[in-house]
Amino acid sequence: MAGTTLLDIKGVQTYYGNIRALNGVDVTVKEGEIVALIGANGAGKSTLMMTIFGAPRARAGTITFAGTDITQLPTHEIARMRIAQSPEGRRIFPRMTVMENLQMGASLDNLKHYDEDVEKVFTLFPRLKERIAQRGGTLSGGEQQMLSIGRALMARPKLLLLDEPSLGLAPLIVKQIFDAIRELNRTQGLTVFLVEQNAFGALKLATRGYVMVNGNVTMSGTGKELLANPEVRAAYLEGGHH
Amino acid sequence: MAVTVSPERDTVATPIQRALKEGFYAGAISLGLFVLFIGLKTGQNMSNELVVTTRWGLLAAVVIATAVGRFLYVAYGQPFMASQKITNVATGLLPASVASRFFQLPWFVAAVVVALLLFVFNSSLAGWVGAEPAGYLQFLRALAIIYVLACVIYYFRAFIHANFTRLGITALVLYPILVVAVLSLNAWSITGGLQGSLKWVDNFGIQILIYVMLAWGLNIVVGLAGLLDLGYVAFYALGAYAYALLATQYGLSFWILLPAAGAMAALWGVLLGFPVLRLRGDYLAIVTLAFGEIIRLVLINWREVTNGSAGISGIPKVSFFGLMSFNVSDPNYIAKVLGIAQSGAYYKIFLYYLILGLCLLTAFVTIRLRRLPVGRAWEALREDEIACRSLGINTTTTKLTAFATGAMFGGFAGSFFAARQGFVSPESFVFLESAIILAIVVLGGMGSLVGIAVAAMVMIGGTEALRELDFLKEIFGPDFTPELYRMLLFGMAMVIVMLWKPRGFVGSREPTAFLKERRAVSGSFTKEGHG
Repeated sequence: MAGTTLLDIKGVQTYYGNIRALNGVDVTVKEGEIVALIGANGAGKSTLMMTIFGAPRARAGTITFAGTDITQLPTHEIARMRIAQSPEGRRIFPRMTVMENLQMGASLDNLKHYDEDVEKVFTLFPRLKERIAQRGGTLSGGEQQMLSIGRALMARPKLLLLDEPSLGLAPLIVKQIFDAIRELNRTQGLTVFLVEQNAFGALKLATRGYVMVNGNVTMSGTGKELLANPEVRAAYLEGGHH
Repeated sequence: MAVTVSPERDTVATPIQRALKEGFYAGAISLGLFVLFIGLKTGQNMSNELVVTTRWGLLAAVVIATAVGRFLYVAYGQPFMASQKITNVATGLLPASVASRFFQLPWFVAAVVVALLLFVFNSSLAGWVGAEPAGYLQFLRALAIIYVLACVIYYFRAFIHANFTRLGITALVLYPILVVAVLSLNAWSITGGLQGSLKWVDNFGIQILIYVMLAWGLNIVVGLAGLLDLGYVAFYALGAYAYALLATQYGLSFWILLPAAGAMAALWGVLLGFPVLRLRGDYLAIVTLAFGEIIRLVLINWREVTNGSAGISGIPKVSFFGLMSFNVSDPNYIAKVLGIAQSGAYYKIFLYYLILGLCLLTAFVTIRLRRLPVGRAWEALREDEIACRSLGINTTTTKLTAFATGAMFGGFAGSFFAARQGFVSPESFVFLESAIILAIVVLGGMGSLVGIAVAAMVMIGGTEALRELDFLKEIFGPDFTPELYRMLLFGMAMVIVMLWKPRGFVGSREPTAFLKERRAVSGSFTKEGHG
């Protein structure tokens, strides 16, 4: 199933001031894959996510998307390459309605296939349809996450980046969201790169996974391999989720 | 045990006891605040020596009024408002609202009768009861008319609410005609006569509409794009000086210079926008504030061009689209062309419709832009800049278009202002103007056109109306000039509105996207005053 390489991150180093957050990270995402990046708090997972979008910018290394070097592109140009992101903390527009939020997601193509795509999002997340005229800030956490993913999908992305989609959500909602991601991958062949602390759920979902510790990728392998790896089990799974 | 609060003491305190305590505190605070402001007054005597006069009586009156006011509010006002929110146990209904109890048919009829009687016998009133009580009766008549109008508005509130825009525009279009027609017939009134009626078109109509336009323009920057701009008056000044200089130096027509002034202001909006692209909130506010001051200081000091503080006078009037002129000496003077009596009224009324047209243009553009990608991007930018960028929105151009569009309307308003005054000087473009315009936007409810228009009407109309309250002189003595207190009242009104409605008059944001039906949306859509 592994196709051509879609996202290629090579030797990326990112700094916050003089503090190095990423020490030369190598990650590849191939077309049609779900790739999970797991790690503890402060390992640099979200930093990598943000670095792909050029904020903060990588000080060393290259990020290539579909054969184009995007390392130095402005954030909005990177988004126009059809990389969509459901960022950390969801970042929906709180005073705009669900519908307006989705419209914002479709602004790349100036709402050309808006009607068609909005129906797809509502099929995936029927809850959003019930909340359509409600403002984003009044939604529950799970609904906000759905809206954030839905908004990202409205741009018809080739690659979907998800930053901790399970953060602060009830297990049932987490399952719904993971099911939706699997569904998107299976039916539409959407490539997904997700960052998770919920290692068990993420690795079960993922084709391949990476483990990040202190700004370094320490391990990689298929989701199953990592799930079975004793070190991963000890660090991220034992005593945690089942 | 030192931190233990005795709960019994709080729970058993009746409203009256609490009110006594709070009234006492309020009195003490006002005593502390006003003992120097009101209690003591310095002046000069015959030999130019400093003398201090004491006004303990006035101070006592103010302190007692504050204490009593607070007492009444806590003892009766608060329990009453709380009771309005409690449903009847038996019926499960809320008590009848204050408004429906206040506006009742018998009272309405009584008010109509009082108003009519006082109108009919107006001329003979002074003879019957003397001049001073007649003044009060005229005041009573005004109150009765206001009550009658309020009743009518209350009974038709659903209709008014449903057709607000249409009714509002109709009222604005008819306003000068009605005012001139009604008031010039009532020559006996203090506001009567043609000149008196024109004052209502000019001081109230045109003046308010200029601020409506400025506030709507600023609303694009502050209300929609969320960029706090404290130097908006700079664009107003740029528009005004652009028209003033180009019209006096090169004799160009208003109709050429209006778009030119708008374009020039928009250009400067972009120039201001570039350096402040990275800034938000307080930092942006300071830089824009500085920009406003820079423009004003340049206008003062660049004497060769701007004539410094003396300003530019003799700015030509607007022509009727080049067809007719409003200058008596011109061959195509409107009265000569149309064969009607010579009067200054035509120009005033024409200016009114001109600024009304410009206002409606601003509103139209704002409403349309909100539904276009650029307007949606402005609002999204206000909400979350990082999310915007990750959705592929170029925040640089989005911010610059917001600055440019807002500045353009400021420029339009400025060139209109110059044409109306016939004179511009840097004094008209001080920081206070920026603050007033921003206050109107905030009070009206960020992003709400109707709310902002209402706020402009209250703020600017209110300060203008203070000039009309001559009867107050009869109470406070001939030295009392109500307009000196306008800033005090302005501040008080702002504090009260922000306490009562922290989101401004109209706190609801109308969504721009609908699936099938338009639905009412919760009130907490617009920005709120407190964190």
